[in-house]
Amino acid sequence: MERIDSRGKLQALQKDTKQIVDNSKCRILICAGTGCLAGGSGQIYEKICKMVENDPNVEVCFGPEIAHGDGPIEVKKSGCHGFCEMGPLVRIEPMGILYTKVSVDDCEAIYEQTIKKGEVLHHLLYKQDGVEYPKQEEIPFYKKQTRLVLENCGHIDAEHIEDAIAHGGYQALAKALFDMTPDEVVEEIYESNLRGRGGGGFQTGYKWKQVARQPEKIRYIVCNGDEGDPGAFMDRSIMEGDPHKMIEGMMIAAYAVGAQEGYVYVRAEYPLAINRLKKAIADATACGLLGDNILGTDFSFQLHINRGAGAFVCGEGSALTASIEGSRGMPRVKPPRTVEQGLFGKPTVLNNVETYANVPMIINKGAAWYKTIGPEKSPGTKAFALTGSVKNTGLIEVPMGTTLKEVIYDIGGGIKGDAKFKAVQIGGPSGGCLITPHLDINLDFDSLKKMGAMIGSGGLVVMDENTCMVEVARFFMNFTQNESCGKCVPCREGTKRMLEILERIVKGNGTLEDLDMLEELAQTISETALCGLGKSAALPVVSTLKLFRKEYEEHVVEKKCASHTCSALRKYAINPEVCKGCSKCARNCPVGAISGEIKKPFTINSSVCIKCGACESACPFGAVYIES
Amino acid sequence: MKYITINNRKVPLEGEKNLLSVIRKAGIDLPTFCYHSELSTYGACRMCVVEDDRGKVFASCSEVPKEGMVIYTNTPKLQHHRKLILELLLASHCRDCTTCRANGTCELQKLATQLGVDRVRFENTKEIQPLDTSSNCVVIDPNKCILCGDCVRTCEEIQGVGVLNFAYRGSKMRVMPAFNKQMSETDCVGCGQCRVVCPTGAITIKSNVHSVWEAIADKNKRVVVQIAPAVRVAIGDKFGIPKGENSLGKLAAALRRMGFDEIYDTNFGADLTVMEESKELVERLESGENLPLFTSCCPGWINFCEKKFPQFRKNISTCRSPQQMFGALIKEEARMNKEDTRETIVVSIMPCTAKKDEIVRPEHFTDGVQDVDFVLTTTEVTRMIQEGGIDLSRMPSESLDMPFGLASGSAAIFGVTGGVTEAVLRKLINSNKIEDLEQISFCGVRGVEGVKECTVQLGEREVRIAIVNGLKSAEEILLKLEKGEVHYDFVEVMACKRGCIAGGGQPTPIGPRTKQARYDGMYNIDKAAQIKLSNENPIVQSLYEGILKGKEHKLLHNEH
Repeated sequence: MERIDSRGKLQALQKDTKQIVDNSKCRILICAGTGCLAGGSGQIYEKICKMVENDPNVEVCFGPEIAHGDGPIEVKKSGCHGFCEMGPLVRIEPMGILYTKVSVDDCEAIYEQTIKKGEVLHHLLYKQDGVEYPKQEEIPFYKKQTRLVLENCGHIDAEHIEDAIAHGGYQALAKALFDMTPDEVVEEIYESNLRGRGGGGFQTGYKWKQVARQPEKIRYIVCNGDEGDPGAFMDRSIMEGDPHKMIEGMMIAAYAVGAQEGYVYVRAEYPLAINRLKKAIADATACGLLGDNILGTDFSFQLHINRGAGAFVCGEGSALTASIEGSRGMPRVKPPRTVEQGLFGKPTVLNNVETYANVPMIINKGAAWYKTIGPEKSPGTKAFALTGSVKNTGLIEVPMGTTLKEVIYDIGGGIKGDAKFKAVQIGGPSGGCLITPHLDINLDFDSLKKMGAMIGSGGLVVMDENTCMVEVARFFMNFTQNESCGKCVPCREGTKRMLEILERIVKGNGTLEDLDMLEELAQTISETALCGLGKSAALPVVSTLKLFRKEYEEHVVEKKCASHTCSALRKYAINPEVCKGCSKCARNCPVGAISGEIKKPFTINSSVCIKCGACESACPFGAVYIES
Repeated sequence: MKYITINNRKVPLEGEKNLLSVIRKAGIDLPTFCYHSELSTYGACRMCVVEDDRGKVFASCSEVPKEGMVIYTNTPKLQHHRKLILELLLASHCRDCTTCRANGTCELQKLATQLGVDRVRFENTKEIQPLDTSSNCVVIDPNKCILCGDCVRTCEEIQGVGVLNFAYRGSKMRVMPAFNKQMSETDCVGCGQCRVVCPTGAITIKSNVHSVWEAIADKNKRVVVQIAPAVRVAIGDKFGIPKGENSLGKLAAALRRMGFDEIYDTNFGADLTVMEESKELVERLESGENLPLFTSCCPGWINFCEKKFPQFRKNISTCRSPQQMFGALIKEEARMNKEDTRETIVVSIMPCTAKKDEIVRPEHFTDGVQDVDFVLTTTEVTRMIQEGGIDLSRMPSESLDMPFGLASGSAAIFGVTGGVTEAVLRKLINSNKIEDLEQISFCGVRGVEGVKECTVQLGEREVRIAIVNGLKSAEEILLKLEKGEVHYDFVEVMACKRGCIAGGGQPTPIGPRTKQARYDGMYNIDKAAQIKLSNENPIVQSLYEGILKGKEHKLLHNEH
């Protein structure tokens, strides 16, 4: 590929590539996000490629795209479309059709009928409440979203820089380099009120300002791609689906604060993101968009990838920089702060993937435009990973300030199996729970903080009435305890003790004093732990204990788990009216807790029963049940 | 003047780096496990938390004091946090206090009493880990470690050795050498500074107390003991004797009562070292070979140089350390004395843990016999005195035995950084006039900086000298020497900061005031000495004519 060494060349290339895209008779975008790949989208891609390739009327255009007749047919591996629940997904442009739950067997029909004849395959369309949605944009899941950061995710080929450029990639960088001074760039971001999407919500422009005014001239740009919250995958999707947008954001930051080098810290559990980023960096370097004298200016920028080693704590700024430096990833005391002495002791801008991905559009369209989206104090959009007991799980993007209700019911389609909504865990292991009365609160930094919860990086785990909140607390505490770096005493020892207590409670051995101890420990951990992760480690327990104290009390006093989640608290019984006395349960019981006479109702000796549930699954008549 | 308000009282700010220093200046003893002014701020123990006027709680060790701050150090909330943190630490700690080496000196124990922690509500569920006893110098007991990281930072930041670090995560975290190695398999130099800073009994001195008691009790053994220079200003620490006071006479009395047969002074060995080392320096200056000459008294330094900078091994003086010269001499004397049929056992009382390693080096055996049999640190001897039911403070001051109990003032200052150099210069300038002695003292050899440099005119020749203490500083000097950035003729290195007075075997805690008192104590001994120069020690002179004649090399030098 030719070096793009001037703004003119970049614009010319955009024009050319856009023309190719516009002229394409048909674009087949096969979702190659991690979820869909796991569902088999890789084979779908290969099969469709082969079919198109074998067509004598086809010629190859850039990348693996295939030109067909007067216009090319493009078959593309795109990033995550977001509608993970319905994957593997295949989008067909320009018709805008979204095929859901596609399998390899459907490929032929797609090619023969949709591509060649323009016929819609009804069995692959998304249906909700009896309505069929041929167009992706009409599907309620998408219709209620505002996809700005994720605009290109699912619509472009993440593995080819040309496609990114065709969709306006690097135009903001060119604008910054040629039309703005570094100070103006910083000012624009400051003016936009863009707040860090990694959890803290710190104002990005302010951070940049502080780095820009440090006397030390060697500065670094670091991107935090160590997205470790269970159930969160916003940053992964951006890195996999539109890596150039994030790279462009980092470059603009580098230009703004005078940095020459940058690092992307990606967790090792994201191999696909690492590969796509590697490819993106290699492509950008090959065509001169990264490296020395970018677009013919004095601005130079080198970008490196650093793979994490799977420690959650490395998402904390100072632990992350320590990890890049080759040290043990442990948070350090501040001051000095990262903006003063960050990576290698130099002033460092540290933002997360989504934050950088917001930057190009702010530069392109201006701070004033950006502030029209969402509330003024936390403007813009936020990507959320919607998971749990919600009908439409997946990756969504909504304006800040959208209510929880809109997210769960309008976009998420409500609770799976039409069970009752119980709570949503927001912000991962550092966050808290929100319940029915909170459904109308706005999802933005400040409103959530007031509720004792936090946006975090954007994980939303929806829970229905069949969820045991004590078990939820235990789950998150187990996570935090496993991921504690071990440095400060309150986090290292305190979370261990909290976990021990929670384990005791779910096993039915808890006491009321244990609940007080949980609160006592939580308070000391929150107030005295060294880093942000430690300080928030107890939040899931504090929040569930506050909102669901009754459930905790039931566990410790009545030794009862209303949702039957805690297996140790289950009490199995045999309904004598249903039992036929076949003895199958007794024969399957590993501890001999069931006895009875053939053809007469059997009984379970609960003092011997180990609650394994073997009898329940063995009974052909459904006579075994759990007492409530 | 800028002020902050601590517990409703105004306290001036005088450029303190952190809030903790200001609080301590105000006379409030805020507890810490992981804060040491000489180390980087780690901020892990969270004991030094304070509260501001808005109820925000934060650690004072890592907070920059800002004018107008209003803080409280002892609110009910803080008391509760501190107590709970301590309780959590205790819960995961091996609590065999009564049989612990650190019983009585343990910071954890002290704070538990101070803060009134009267119960531990959690069970110790930590898996019991085996002890690492592989080192000749220290024993590591992971079950007593509270993970304050003081040893890790000391080893890395002060000593530049870095053999200890954290492994595993969360509540499974441990301090250990990398790759699950034993201490003996690492580059550990044995300096014992990790043990000095350890607030609990997790790192302790490898004890030889039992073996020495057995030797004393054995009638067929003649137990000879030598006392190193820095021991005399520290042995009184645990007996209520003022810090830094010379307790050599009391120690001699106590050792006699414990049953040692002959009590001598390692300072005598130091006088021999001065004689040999100054001779070697002159020879090397003349030949111009293997310059700079590095001193060889400190075994921690020798280990460091051999393990990390073997290319400089040839620069190390061939002189044995005072301890080893002394041991070789006594054993040689015993071999020649056919009348006494008892086996001679040489015991050294040293401020140093690395000396325990030095005595088992192969070059310190003569005809298969170890020159020095046991090293007892000051700390171990303190314990032996206590075990013997002796109150050192009530001992009369007795003299050492002759002939090896007589030493010069030059030898006395071997216990501080710069002392060896000063002693060698005295010998080379060879004058006991007050003006000449003072000129040497003020040429730059004294002081506690990591690296001191001075030049001294010796006849025609200007001798360039560097005096280094702390192995991190040594590493810096060696790297510069390697690059040719600096040039010296003589380099003195002491592994421990300030020299042997703060050695790894000395009684702890060694705070700044204790260090200063010991430092002054060493020079006071020199001041009071009638003999200032090693070559003026009459016994030394007579030995060169007697037992040492023709055997200087065999007894006083090593072949590297």
